Amino acid sequence: MTGRISLIYWLSALVLAPLLPGVINRTKAFFAGRKGQPLLQLYHDLFKLLNKGAVTSRTASWVFGAGPVIGLAAVLVALALVPAGGIGSLLAFPCDFVFLVYLLGLARFATVSAALDTGSAFEGMGACREVQFSLLAEIALLLGFAVLAAGTGQLSLSDMFARLWSRAQASTNSTALLVAGSFLIVLLAENSRIPVDDPNTHLELTMIHEVMVLDHGGVDLAFIAYGAAVKLWLFTSLLVGLALPLHTGRPLIDLAGIVAGVFAAGVFLGTIESTMARLRLIRVPQMLLVAMALSLAALFWVLR
Amino acid sequence: MTLWTDLFILALVLTNFKLLATSRLAALIKTTAYQAVALSVIPLTLAARPWPLHLALLSLVTLAVKGGILPWLLRRAMREAEVQREIEPIVGFSASVLIGMVLLGMSFLIAVPLKLSVPMQSAFLFPGALFTTLTGLMIIVSRRKALTQVVGYLVMENGVYAFGAALAVQEPLLVEMGILLDVFVAVFVMGITIYQISREFDHIDTDRLSELKG
Repeated sequence: MTGRISLIYWLSALVLAPLLPGVINRTKAFFAGRKGQPLLQLYHDLFKLLNKGAVTSRTASWVFGAGPVIGLAAVLVALALVPAGGIGSLLAFPCDFVFLVYLLGLARFATVSAALDTGSAFEGMGACREVQFSLLAEIALLLGFAVLAAGTGQLSLSDMFARLWSRAQASTNSTALLVAGSFLIVLLAENSRIPVDDPNTHLELTMIHEVMVLDHGGVDLAFIAYGAAVKLWLFTSLLVGLALPLHTGRPLIDLAGIVAGVFAAGVFLGTIESTMARLRLIRVPQMLLVAMALSLAALFWVLR
Repeated sequence: MTLWTDLFILALVLTNFKLLATSRLAALIKTTAYQAVALSVIPLTLAARPWPLHLALLSLVTLAVKGGILPWLLRRAMREAEVQREIEPIVGFSASVLIGMVLLGMSFLIAVPLKLSVPMQSAFLFPGALFTTLTGLMIIVSRRKALTQVVGYLVMENGVYAFGAALAVQEPLLVEMGILLDVFVAVFVMGITIYQISREFDHIDTDRLSELKG
């Protein structure tokens, strides 16, 4: 039964993921007093891109084509590892959080290699920034998972999230909020949201993620855009699972709750993006250091 | 009860990181005020309800002095000295946060082998207080502006106060009140001194004051 629910969750996440950026965009449009693009814009974009051919640079090798495919595959497997609140994940085994972090690392490695393969100076710069920031974000992420593992005494993500709020233990719950704060910063950095990166400017000098995919087109670009949406969903569901205690015992209600929570978090992210300015690039590592400090403080708290 | 104590100590630890990471003096002063709020609540969370009168009084006076008067004095000194931010600290802000993490770890490590003569109600109180004290020390040694160093002094004293908070239930009220008065007078005098320094030399950079040997 739980396996079937997990499968339903995984599939619904795959279908609903492109809606999340739409929700964020609509929130931003609301704050700016605009009407905004349609909620289903990303679906239309994906459909358009899938029907298009692509032009590839003569300097690019097979690495360029492999980047989006490996990136998307890694993110899809990673999504299967992430539990939704109390609902267990599709794949669960001891220490799967390390596998999750490595999968995200693999996706990043594929994207970065594809960017470097084009030989474009701009894309090299974007790749450099992506790696620099993720270097710090990854530590915060792993430390956060370590806190959850130590706090709940479980080694697989599903067990951790299932035990997280059910036990009325003070230290675990207060550290869960700390880790949620840390993961929020990691989410903003990893998904190139506003305080770190502004996807709307289309000015290569200020961007991170968008710069790396400048040379991709057609199906490749569709894979990248879809992969980014799924990654955003993945991090948001992690955050929602941490911050909102959703354990009614009825799997279907939990499922509906977590999906609603993810979209509520989307509105929250849109609010952050509307009320904050983009940080200068040299301030971004400092922000990620704060995420690390939060995770580490939580770890000390748990370990004592 | 320990849940609330833990939460407020956690708030104390987080404000410490904020103090280490920020360069704007106005934000620094505001953070010390937040820290004072957490500090004044901690003794109350440790005591059994109904709260004894002297404890409630102590908490109120702490809030008034550390959360109201001292930030007001510091803000006035800031305005008169016309400084907005700590521009070139001796240790950078990112490095300060990194050192802060090491200090936090050290505080937890030190707390384990130390056998205190008075039992602590919360396991986090001692590490949290020690970390606050070390943060204050860190701010004093790593910043150049006299005003920031006063903030560091205040934070260091906050740490001592948090440590005393655990004992405040047994300890006479007079001791805590005396400490509070001392801090008040110290910050008052420092505020005047900063004003005088900035009027005399047009800056409050303590590094450049060492060149004034007769």
